[in-house]
Amino acid sequence: MQGLIELLQQYNVLAAFWMTIRLTLISAVGALVLGTIIAVMRVSPVPVLQRFATTYVTLVRNTPLTLIVTFCVLGLYLFMNVRLLPPSVDPKAQLFTWAVVALTIYHATFVAEGIRSGINTVPQGQAEASRAIGLNFGQVLGQVVLPQAMRAAITPLGNTFIALTKNTTVVSAVGVAEASYLMKNMIEFSPQLLFAIFFLMALGFVILTLPAGLFFSWASAKWRVQR
Amino acid sequence: MQRRKIGLAVGAVAMSLALSACVAGGSGGGSSSGSTPGGQTGNITIGIKYDQPGLGMQVGNQYQGFDVDVARYVAKELGYADNQITFMETPSAQRETLIQSGQVKLIFATYSITDARKEKVDFAGPYFVAGQDILVKSDRTDINGPADLKGHKLCSVVGSTSAKKIKDQYPEVQLQEVDTYSKCAEAVAAGSMDAMTTDDIILAGYAAQPQYKGKLKVVGHPFTQERYGVGLKKGDTELQTKVNDALKKMIADGSWQKFLDNNFGASGYQYNKDTNPPTPGTA
Repeated sequence: MQGLIELLQQYNVLAAFWMTIRLTLISAVGALVLGTIIAVMRVSPVPVLQRFATTYVTLVRNTPLTLIVTFCVLGLYLFMNVRLLPPSVDPKAQLFTWAVVALTIYHATFVAEGIRSGINTVPQGQAEASRAIGLNFGQVLGQVVLPQAMRAAITPLGNTFIALTKNTTVVSAVGVAEASYLMKNMIEFSPQLLFAIFFLMALGFVILTLPAGLFFSWASAKWRVQR
Repeated sequence: MQRRKIGLAVGAVAMSLALSACVAGGSGGGSSSGSTPGGQTGNITIGIKYDQPGLGMQVGNQYQGFDVDVARYVAKELGYADNQITFMETPSAQRETLIQSGQVKLIFATYSITDARKEKVDFAGPYFVAGQDILVKSDRTDINGPADLKGHKLCSVVGSTSAKKIKDQYPEVQLQEVDTYSKCAEAVAAGSMDAMTTDDIILAGYAAQPQYKGKLKVVGHPFTQERYGVGLKKGDTELQTKVNDALKKMIADGSWQKFLDNNFGASGYQYNKDTNPPTPGTA
């Protein structure tokens, strides 16, 4: 207990977890948008889009996240000087943006698969009936299939969200000052408090992921499609 | 339903507690491996780094570097033959735990003597006094110290003392932290980073690597003091004294200088003559 208080006084634990939260939320929004687009491409009637989406999911989902992060930050940003923001912007923000991009690219594949599984829960007959009354592909998807698919996909999307929260620790490898970056600093400068450090980090992540898990369980029950 | 959810929440918190307790418990185990103190018949397990060129490096199934040479010398003085030494990797974050649990007897792994660490382990030595310095491309003359780094891109490792020093004292430097020093060295050699910083002897190890030979140089103005010690179990004063005696002998008979020349000769690295060779036993 003494150790925990000492750690909290000596290090800015809240700032580190705030960075984790920002990484998680921004990447989650990005992954949801990109993942939805990929899922729609996969069920679209255009073979080129289908093939592109399938390739993207297969390729990125099976690449380790560390590799994607290292490639984006070390490869593109540091070695090839590819910037996503104007050069005048602070390097810390450039780094953050790249980290978010890497997390988004990776988790979008899981979002896409989650939504596709949701789409599969919508009976084929509904899409056929919609087409029979004259709706085009966009209307079938936007007004009939996706609203039901999204509700069915809440549980897998929640799982992806929780995985994303924990996966943000990977970007400490390129120096983004989030929770596990702080942990590495704590281990270096306060090795005598090793177990307090582990406990603090475990507690921090439980505080982040547990309510998220409860929320998604509640939401999936509330918005369940009655059939 | 409500009660069940609360039960679930409590269960999950308990599980996280149990997990951290399990980490805590894990360190206590494995105390039986280790070697018998002073016994020339048993083996001695020595902790080194496996990924630090010039200091502790695994090449195939061989180990080489300054730390390894010093470790072999000390082990010999303690009465262990070469084939009785077992080397084990001790990453920075695990050094205290591995000593406390008795999984390693001694640690020679660029292990700076600090008060925080002394709460958990004891040190013999120092056997080398390093200092934070800067590594740049050989043809650069505009960077000679941390004050020249303003506006330049500097690379260091996440959670290292060197990175913290720069952040605290030279906030105007563009510091990029990555997970390993080899990535920094690669970035400096490729020109995407202007410089990298850590202890001078570690930098010299990279400058002496075949692929960087002649391409990188240590600027040679150390601005901190890191006293490298030999980590050992807290309270084992007998072993501490023996190791200190061995280190003194090593410096006196010229082996210390020889080990440095063998490992860093190629980099043109000059160690800080004001602080080296140090007096072992002042840890």
